[in-house]
Amino acid sequence: MTIKTVINLRRISQVIFFLIFFWLILKTNFEVNFSPENLSEVILPYPVSIGLEFSPLIALATLLANGTVYKGLLWSLVILIPTIFIGRFFCGWVCPLGTLNHWISEIGSERISRKGKNRIDSNKYKKYQRIKYYIFFALIAAALAGTLQIGLLDPLSFLARSLGTVVLPSVHVAADATLSWIKSFGLSPISAAAQFFYDIISSVILTFRQAYFHTVLTIGFLFLAALILNRLYTRFWCRGICPLGAMLGFFSRFAIFGLEKTEGKCDDCQLCQIHCQGADNPKIGEKWHQAECHLCLNCQAVCPNNSLKFKFFPDQGGTRTNPAGTPKIDVTRRKVFISLGSGLALYPLFRSGDDFKANASPYLIRPPGSVAEEDFLRRCIRCGQCMRVCPNNALHPTFMESGLEGLWSPIMIAKIGYCEPTCTLCGQVCPTGAILELTQMAKVGDENTQPNRIGTAFIDRGRCLPWAMAKPCIVCEEWCPTSPKSIYLLDAVESDSQGNEVKVKKPHVDPDRCTGCGACEFACPVQDKRAIYVTSVGESRSSQNQILLQRKGIGKNNPNQKIGY
Amino acid sequence: MQRREFIKKTGQAITLAAITGGTGFLFHNRQKSDYETLLPKLKNFEVAADGNLPGITLSRNENHQAALNAALDAIGGIKRFVKSGERVAIKPNIGWDRAPQQAANTNPELVAEMVRLCLSAGAAEVIVSDLSCNDPRRCFLRSGIRQAAEKAGARVILPGEDDFVNTDLNGRLLTVWPIIKYFAEADRLINMPIVKQHSLSSCTIGMKNLYGILGGRRNQLHQQIDQSIVDLAAFFRPTLTVVDASRVLMRGGPQGGSLDDVVVQNSVLCSTDQVAADARASEFLGLEPDKISHIVLAEKQGLGTVDYLSLGYKEIL
Repeated sequence: MTIKTVINLRRISQVIFFLIFFWLILKTNFEVNFSPENLSEVILPYPVSIGLEFSPLIALATLLANGTVYKGLLWSLVILIPTIFIGRFFCGWVCPLGTLNHWISEIGSERISRKGKNRIDSNKYKKYQRIKYYIFFALIAAALAGTLQIGLLDPLSFLARSLGTVVLPSVHVAADATLSWIKSFGLSPISAAAQFFYDIISSVILTFRQAYFHTVLTIGFLFLAALILNRLYTRFWCRGICPLGAMLGFFSRFAIFGLEKTEGKCDDCQLCQIHCQGADNPKIGEKWHQAECHLCLNCQAVCPNNSLKFKFFPDQGGTRTNPAGTPKIDVTRRKVFISLGSGLALYPLFRSGDDFKANASPYLIRPPGSVAEEDFLRRCIRCGQCMRVCPNNALHPTFMESGLEGLWSPIMIAKIGYCEPTCTLCGQVCPTGAILELTQMAKVGDENTQPNRIGTAFIDRGRCLPWAMAKPCIVCEEWCPTSPKSIYLLDAVESDSQGNEVKVKKPHVDPDRCTGCGACEFACPVQDKRAIYVTSVGESRSSQNQILLQRKGIGKNNPNQKIGY
Repeated sequence: MQRREFIKKTGQAITLAAITGGTGFLFHNRQKSDYETLLPKLKNFEVAADGNLPGITLSRNENHQAALNAALDAIGGIKRFVKSGERVAIKPNIGWDRAPQQAANTNPELVAEMVRLCLSAGAAEVIVSDLSCNDPRRCFLRSGIRQAAEKAGARVILPGEDDFVNTDLNGRLLTVWPIIKYFAEADRLINMPIVKQHSLSSCTIGMKNLYGILGGRRNQLHQQIDQSIVDLAAFFRPTLTVVDASRVLMRGGPQGGSLDDVVVQNSVLCSTDQVAADARASEFLGLEPDKISHIVLAEKQGLGTVDYLSLGYKEIL
């Protein structure tokens, strides 16, 4: 096999893994079929979070933070163990964000700084590439301390979140806008053709309904920035920021595969430097950095003199004019300690704020099946899979609802969408167990089991039509899915502005029955700020965030009374 | 400056100024009022009255399809209502993510049988649609209606944003509202409600079921629910109302959930008078029809009669 063939294999591998990852994000979507049986479980047909479970960084950080490697995260060993032997092949051959960065970096540029000598210079190993190691050590230490921040920068989580909550919903808006613009011409053959293409795109890429997400600007801006930086420095993210790249570089310490440089034949043409992805100094005369190399093999392929060769147990020179390569990461011990210390310090810094406990937001309504907040923040990697899969667009990335510590972790915004009683998809896709997988029975409850609660509904009597405006309305009660209903109505007679008597039914919430699903808030006709709303109190996952001394009349205390959906 | 250069530069500036100004005038809106839009009108779905036939029939049978056929035959058979080549729209209740035995949605067996009957009468197309409250994908699947109606040969439509068209309902309360466009395009409308308790209107049967054709902010309609229901009934005037009383939801409506709230009645009711249909069906809930305000209001507005016996009410057991 010639080196050209190997390069083509690498390109094919990049395309395939990128498409698989993208396809898994597309399939993180409620498009399943089920029969009308009363309690049939709705299960996604594909293991869609597997794309994230291959990240060794997520596996390591969640292991440090909560002491377990959750379910499919064991797959990450498939990446990590070969890396120990051969180096960062993941970055050059597999990583979908790396591939995206690769493609965007390689589009021809008009900038002088991206050509000729300047490009050769920019592809030399630079000190900024150390930053990723310091990020890695800081985030790992933070995870150990109990605050998992790795998901903000883990490339798989970063890409999944950006695609799911920003890119795909934006594509949806663009596709709809384009279609209606073309249709506005009123020329039926053109409209029909446009509809035809729209239907094709729609069946592949678009969701059943347009999704609208909270705080997309913050997520979208960072994604855009990561992509744009490629135009200044080739694969800037991979070289300078990516903590997963750093981890894999760290684990390449004992690699038995690497670059062998044969000095004699080199005519100093610099082609290897022009095509280098990792800025690891493949050129003869420079010190090669194993930990920076993505194994793209470009240098070997472009070398006209066969001076460069990747092989097992390479002879890595060591002459005065051709220095030996190094397997070590280029960091100073002092800065590693500072990074670790900074990471550890994140925990007291975050927790001394009021967001976590003392003044936790009432709108921090976590998805059904979520573990207690302390544990949740040790697990959630903000990959956005739960938000993407939620069929009602109920789950959203937080902005500041759980402080900076929980940035982009999921909350329900019931005004946009409520939690569908029989739906358990968010728990099915969570790769780290922040949201546990519930059976439908565990979610809706039965005679012996409490339903899973995510909050409690409250009525804003100043805005509610029967309470404040002498207008009949029972929409919240109509939509309440528990049986018996958690919203009950009491007859009342109010006076309107003319002094006429108006008979109304005033809604009341029974906190014993309410599960906090938010259907009432979603359906309330007071459009801008709903007259009934859900807050997190009463959530099953917390022993403290409760109203009632004891939940009465349900479950084992009183088997005669049923509550459920 | 050369004269040539002067002319050229000024000429370019004047041209750009003319284009800019012209564009402004071209798009200048001189109309003070809103544009008048052309709104689609519905066809007249109703069939002519026939003095020899009862206006309302009810059949009881554990075999629900048989019950439907018996009630329908007694009121003149399917051929009276659906002619060859017509497009029929069927409006079941598919509002909630509930299974058939929970009696929140219309019985799927009855919907399927109705589809088959319409097709056997020569209908060009049978459409089954409803705007669900819960996620329509779940509602259409869990209710069993999607599967059953498609198998019977209907076109089952989960309405999306593009499937609505603004229509002037011409009601005393309701004016321009979006409706599912397939109902505006149909030749016949068969309303297939299920009988359920409702906290505000006492019951939701036929006329209330027409809510499901509307889009928009329909959660506002509850503020004047009686007039809203009557406006809808007066506007749509279905060809036939087929009431599913095979299972009746006595409490916890309109969504239900607990099987304890369901009473099996094994009955199907057909009527050309939607007020009479609702009046008779409300008795399954233990209600007195002449005390249900929207039914009384509908009668007062001339949509039909509460006194269903006067229509030659016929029960087939």
